[in-house]
Amino acid sequence: MNIISVISRLQVVIVVCLIGLFLVSCSNGHGHSHGHSHGHSHGPKPGGSLARTEIVWPTAEEITDVAFLKNYNTRLVVISATCLGIAAGIVGAFLLMRKRSLMGDALAHSTLPGIAVAFIVMVLMGGEGKSLPGLILGATIAGVLGLLTMLAIRNTTRLRDDVAMGFVLSVSFGFGLVLLGIIQKMPQASAAGLESFIYGKTASMVAVDFYLTSGIALCAAVATLALFKEFTLLCFDESFAATEGWPTLWLDILLLGLVTAVTVIGMQSVGLILIIAFLITPPAAARFWTNRLSTMVLLSAVIGAVSGWLGASISALIPRLPAGALIVVVTSSIFLVSMFLAPSRGIFARSWRQRNLRKKVDRQHLLRGAYEILEANSFDSEHVANRSFSRAELLAKRTWKAKQLDRIIKAETSFDHLVAGPSGQLQLSESGFGEAARITRNHRLWEIYLVTHADIAPSHVDRDADMVEHILEADLVRRLERELRNRGASIPSPHLIPASTENPATAS
Amino acid sequence: MNWTSFDTWIVVVGIVTAIACAVPGCFLVLRKMSMMGDAISHAVLPGIAVGFLLTGSRSSLPMFLAAALTGVLTAVFTQWVSKFGRVDRGAAMGIVFTTLFAIGLILIVRAADNVDLDPGCVLYGAMELAPLDTVSFLSFQIPRAVLSIGSIMLINIVIIAALFKEFRISSFDPGLADTLGFSSNKLHYLLMTMVAVTTVAAFEAVGSIIVIAMLIVPPATALLLTRRLVPMILISCGVGTIAAALGHYGAITIPGWFGFDSTSTSGMMATATGLLFVLAWFFGPTDGLLSQLLRRRQDLEEPEALRSVSAPD
Amino acid sequence: MSPTGDAASEDLSFHPDTVPLAVHDLTVAYHRKPVLWDVDLDIPEGKLVGIVGPNGAGKSTLLKTCLDLVPKASGEVGIYGKPYSEQRHLVAYVPQRESVDWDFPVSVLDLVAMGTYRRLGWFRRVGKKERDQAMQALEQVGIAHLADRQISQLSGGQQQRTFLARALAQDAQVYFMDEPFAAVDAATEEAIIAILQELNQKGKTCLVVHHDLATVSRYFDWLVLLNMRIVASGPTKEVFTKENLEKTYGGRLSLLNDAAHALAEVVR
Repeated sequence: MNIISVISRLQVVIVVCLIGLFLVSCSNGHGHSHGHSHGHSHGPKPGGSLARTEIVWPTAEEITDVAFLKNYNTRLVVISATCLGIAAGIVGAFLLMRKRSLMGDALAHSTLPGIAVAFIVMVLMGGEGKSLPGLILGATIAGVLGLLTMLAIRNTTRLRDDVAMGFVLSVSFGFGLVLLGIIQKMPQASAAGLESFIYGKTASMVAVDFYLTSGIALCAAVATLALFKEFTLLCFDESFAATEGWPTLWLDILLLGLVTAVTVIGMQSVGLILIIAFLITPPAAARFWTNRLSTMVLLSAVIGAVSGWLGASISALIPRLPAGALIVVVTSSIFLVSMFLAPSRGIFARSWRQRNLRKKVDRQHLLRGAYEILEANSFDSEHVANRSFSRAELLAKRTWKAKQLDRIIKAETSFDHLVAGPSGQLQLSESGFGEAARITRNHRLWEIYLVTHADIAPSHVDRDADMVEHILEADLVRRLERELRNRGASIPSPHLIPASTENPATAS
Repeated sequence: MNWTSFDTWIVVVGIVTAIACAVPGCFLVLRKMSMMGDAISHAVLPGIAVGFLLTGSRSSLPMFLAAALTGVLTAVFTQWVSKFGRVDRGAAMGIVFTTLFAIGLILIVRAADNVDLDPGCVLYGAMELAPLDTVSFLSFQIPRAVLSIGSIMLINIVIIAALFKEFRISSFDPGLADTLGFSSNKLHYLLMTMVAVTTVAAFEAVGSIIVIAMLIVPPATALLLTRRLVPMILISCGVGTIAAALGHYGAITIPGWFGFDSTSTSGMMATATGLLFVLAWFFGPTDGLLSQLLRRRQDLEEPEALRSVSAPD
Repeated sequence: MSPTGDAASEDLSFHPDTVPLAVHDLTVAYHRKPVLWDVDLDIPEGKLVGIVGPNGAGKSTLLKTCLDLVPKASGEVGIYGKPYSEQRHLVAYVPQRESVDWDFPVSVLDLVAMGTYRRLGWFRRVGKKERDQAMQALEQVGIAHLADRQISQLSGGQQQRTFLARALAQDAQVYFMDEPFAAVDAATEEAIIAILQELNQKGKTCLVVHHDLATVSRYFDWLVLLNMRIVASGPTKEVFTKENLEKTYGGRLSLLNDAAHALAEVVR
């Protein structure tokens, strides 16, 4: 058992410990650093109007202050963003695997009327209106309503998921704006703070809010990990899960409920439009690096945590940079790097492999072409002599462009398969000749197999039938021969070449 | 309540926006791309910001072009991320539009002290103020929004009418469309361009939330009522029109019941589309919830095809 | 024909509890189009059953309805005399291969271990015992050496064997299989049928949706001919006749006409 699987098995414990550590470290510092909370000043220089669009770079001291969470308020904001990143990464991984990413977006938008209603109710009850627990409650109720509406539309109409999402998103957000419009005209309270829920803001946090958001994040992360097995089954094979008696509808609702929870606590720092990025992008980035769901979830949590921490820290250092947008930019950068550079699923790695395969195919075409020329020039196909031939003959053999042919010839020369003969002629080398004969033979074996099994072969080969001959391995060639011999088909020339001479040059 | 020519103009702006959106929206819904409207309308923000920072004024051609370009780029990037990165299409869309929106937000907030532009105006718009900004057209004073969105509406209608059969076949069967020589990919990008241009044209006058709503909800409502394309387009235009009128009327009356002044018209128009959708969902003649409830097995007629298969005796 | 389709009126008293699958008066409709019509079926224990019929005959729907995946318009289904919801532990299901995303990040062993999830219950994780069971199932289908491989790296035949292994890990009495032979290589087809025969010898019942008439009489000892309704059901030797096949597939032409008609309606 390797280290990664050990780690992934212990992920519940690790996450609990990490978040617990954060909370403890924070509450320890609570008493003596509370006095600083008033002293926190992001970018102390007021700056003239001319310099305003320029970034005020922080000093080294400020950077260390933020990096080591010296300032009480910065500490709260950064740690809660990190916790949020962990929770979003974990919950989002399953959202992505369920192919419901945009449903998170719709849910996030649908919380707005809930926030507005909660605000109105709290003001009418004589409260302050902007108390976070109340707003969270309202947002959660609205999110759950939005979720149920989406599921109801999907289950009772012919409309598909995307329409259900678009409907809930636009109508509830529009309704939310209606309510905000009313709130703005309410005499009792200023609603200036509410709009920060839409775009997110590095608001200074009070301790109660901090414990509330971090606590909810912790619970969401732990609940998701506790149901790891159930959610995996739901995401991979819903109908199998249903036949096994798992309540798939309730699991779905639970998963989306957890998404709502993360959304709701993320609104304050990231904003309800951008929170979806926090849910989708880390798992999508993590997916490039691994083929194991457990590793992916772990990685996704790490990416989420790093983006949350980095985004919130930078936002604390440089004035007038919204934390939510910064967090999203950090996550997206990680995603971009992963998409291009990840070792096996990344774009560069994949196109490199494809390029190598294409080159190999080209070289095999060249060798086969050369062999067929030699064959045509020999008296009998049993004894093909290795003579020299011209580039023009080769060019006529296939529909390749002159430039392309030259490139392939150059490549094959570097493999010592091809040597320049006298007066611009080309000749196969000893090893090249053997390789050419082997490739030609494989090609013909495959051709005959396709012809004799024309009825079944295409449906029985998974890869493109034309590509298969280029990746035939010794074992497969032997099976082909046996199969063809059993069916009484004649094995094609060249006879004299042993079938399984695997030339190291092409194996590379 | 006091209905003035102002209110009439606001409703006209709403109707023009509704029709401009509903026509391409039908194909968006049929192609299962409803969320693209949401994505594009968020993602035009950096385009708006860049255009604004370059020219320093709202509503200028460079800003319009930059925003429309970003909108189209959203569709292109989404395609790339899902194709080359092999990411689920919905997730790809989400990643692309949030990234662009975040960049736009940073640009705008950084510039916020110098310029009069805040992200709020992109979402809410200021529909109530639309009739104040008038231009002279054929010797009439009409709101500039009617002129700008109206021309986009006409362009959308003309494009859809001209390429109607191509759009229909490519929404119904993209593979068939390709073999017949109508590249469904090109049509896809044309549709995305239309959505982007409509969003940008509408954003500053009416706000983007109403565009998202009008793109999706009226066509979805129509789809609940009919299964044929031409009636679907007509019904969705009708639903949009009713919602626009109802929305503005509601925005100035309903808050009054609770002792408030008035509220966001574009938000109320979006809410009104939702209301009409719910009506169609519950009371639709054939597929409505109510008729589904009333329908029992007796309604299932033994199919014609079965009679040729003799019953086992 | 029962006039109402109330689930409450479900009466399974006529189903003896020795019959692995008994279907009574089953009608299923998608939206308003009936897919199965008045299906009556009794499958005796320990048979290897082929379900055969033309495309769109409702073969997969029949399986899915028996497993409560598709709602019934009317009728009852009994697994050993009780509704499916009480008999899940007796049933294993092999869905169609295309029904899942094979790019999902799990390994072959993880997938097969899913067959043990129901016995594990909520919250408990896959342990050594479950992994051993999964490994054993993989050995049975002959791909134990692929246990650590990611499922996207499997060939079609290997994917089908993986699904079969998951069903084996479920350790059931009745096996429902939806087109397990669709687009697999000859070796896999032989391997699957060998496993089915092995199960059969242990007294298990296997219901297999199949579409290759050429192999029907070789593979199955009980045959169900289905085209929206049951055309015939019984021992293969008696049922697999030219007359019955004509009844089953003869309706196809008029069905095709209907389909073309419906299509024209939609495109119009």
